Amino acid sequence: MSEKPKFAMYWAASCGGCEIAVLNIDEKILDVDANFEVVFWPVAMDAKYKDLEAMEDGSILLTLFNGGIRNDENEYLAKLLRRKSKILVAFGSCACEGCVPGLANLSPAEEIITTAFHTVSTDNPNGVHPQPTYKAPEGELHIPRLLPVLKTLDQVVEVDYYMPGCPPESHQIAAVIDLVIQVLQGKAELPPKGTVIGAGISTVCDECPRKRNVKTIKSFTRIFGQPLDPELCLLEQGIPCNGIATRSGCGARCPSAGAQCIGCYGPAEGVLDYGARLITAYASVVDANEPDEIERILDGIPDLVGQFYRFNLAGSLLKAGQTAWKPNGGNGR
Amino acid sequence: MTNETFEPIIIGFTCNWCSYRAADLAGTSRLKYPPNIRLIRLMCSGRLDPTFVFKALANGADGVLITGCHPGECHYLEQNYKALRRFHLMRRTLKGLGIEPERIKLVWASAAEGVKFAAEAAAFVEEICALGPLQWGKPREEPSHREIEEVPA
Repeated sequence: MSEKPKFAMYWAASCGGCEIAVLNIDEKILDVDANFEVVFWPVAMDAKYKDLEAMEDGSILLTLFNGGIRNDENEYLAKLLRRKSKILVAFGSCACEGCVPGLANLSPAEEIITTAFHTVSTDNPNGVHPQPTYKAPEGELHIPRLLPVLKTLDQVVEVDYYMPGCPPESHQIAAVIDLVIQVLQGKAELPPKGTVIGAGISTVCDECPRKRNVKTIKSFTRIFGQPLDPELCLLEQGIPCNGIATRSGCGARCPSAGAQCIGCYGPAEGVLDYGARLITAYASVVDANEPDEIERILDGIPDLVGQFYRFNLAGSLLKAGQTAWKPNGGNGR
Repeated sequence: MTNETFEPIIIGFTCNWCSYRAADLAGTSRLKYPPNIRLIRLMCSGRLDPTFVFKALANGADGVLITGCHPGECHYLEQNYKALRRFHLMRRTLKGLGIEPERIKLVWASAAEGVKFAAEAAAFVEEICALGPLQWGKPREEPSHREIEEVPA
C-alpha cells in the first residue's frame, strides 16, 4: 500500500469549538482516516513539537489551522506549519479574522493578564503573576509571551485557503474534505489560491427564510423581552441583525431559530472591512434625516464595536483599539 | 500633543456636484487655505463607503473631511442623508476604538460656497493639529518582548 498523504490540525488562540466541529462530521471522519495519515493534531493525538520540527518541509499535504496568533508560541507554530505544509487552511473565524479572542485587541496585553490574575473573579490569594521565564531546580522554564495584539493567521504567514465560521458548519467541513479526497483521486481540481472555501459568496439574508420588505427603522431594540413576529425580517423589527453583510454558508441558522445573525461567517465576498459594510447597511435603513433623531435611534445599539466587529476586529482595517497600540498614551481617552 | 512642525495628512472626500465645485471655486478665486488636505472626488457623498475612511486612517491619515451638498439639495435626491447617517455611525464606532471622533468631519458646501469650503478646510486643519498625529497601528516598543525564534529547518 502506498503511503497516505499527511494531515495536521492545530489550535492556536481558540476555544476548541473548531475541533469539535470537525468531529461533528460523524462517519466522514472515517474517510479522513482512510485517506490521510494524521501526523499532528494535539487535541486528538500525542505528538511533540520536535516530531513536527523533524518532518521534511512540505511533507504535510493538508493543515487545518484554527485560532488566532496571540502569543509567540502561536506564531512559532504558524511559521513551522507553514513550512511543513503544502496546503495551509485558515480554519474557522479566529484564524481568518480574529473572532472573539480578537476583541482583546481593545485592551493592552498587560491589562489582559491583570484582569485574568488579579481581579475579584479570580481566586489568587498569593498574588501569583505569570512570568515568562522561571528558574526551576531542573533548569529554566519558559511560557509563551503575549504579543501586543492578536493577529490573524494571514497577518503572520501566507495562507492558501480560508474557511470561515465560528465554528465552520460540519456539513461544510465534510464537503471540503470530500473535495480534497476527490482532488487526491484526480477527479476534481483545487480552487485558486486565496479562495474562501466551505461557504457561499452571498449574504446570510439570501439564505434567510424570513419575509423582507423595505426597511425603515425608527428605533433599535434588544432581542429579549418582547414579542417578535416569527416570520418577519429581524432587522425590520429593530433587532440589529448582521445578516446583511455576513457571508452565506451557514444556512441562516440563527435567524431561522429566532436569534439575530452576529456575523460569525465574516464578511461577504469582496468586502474589505466588515464593520464598514455594516455601517453602510445600517445607515441606509435608519429612518431619520435630522442629526438629533439619528443619534436617538443609534443610542439603541449600545456597543457599536461589539456589534460590528465581534468576529472581525483583528482582521479589520483598523485591527485594534487605541489602547492596544498605545496603552499609556493616545488622545482618545 | 501639539507641535509646530506637525503637518497633518488629511483626506478630503468631495461630491462632484457641489463641494468639489466649491473647492474649485476656492481655487479660481485664489482663496488661501492650508495644503494638508488631499481631495478625492466622488460622484456623491452617498458614494462614500466607510471603508474609505477607515482605510485612510489605518494607512496614515490624521483626519478625514467628508463634504457634500446641503440637505435637500443632493443631485441624487437623498444620498447625502445616507452620508449623514454613516457619518454619525462612523464617529460612534471610531470612539469605541479609542479614536477621537473629531478626526472625521462632515461639511455641507454648495457650488457657490468657495469661501465656506476654504474656511472649513482651514478650521479642520487647525483642529487636527490640536489633536496631534494619529499614527494608527504602531504598537509601542516592548523591551521585554523576546524575538520570535527562527523556525529550524
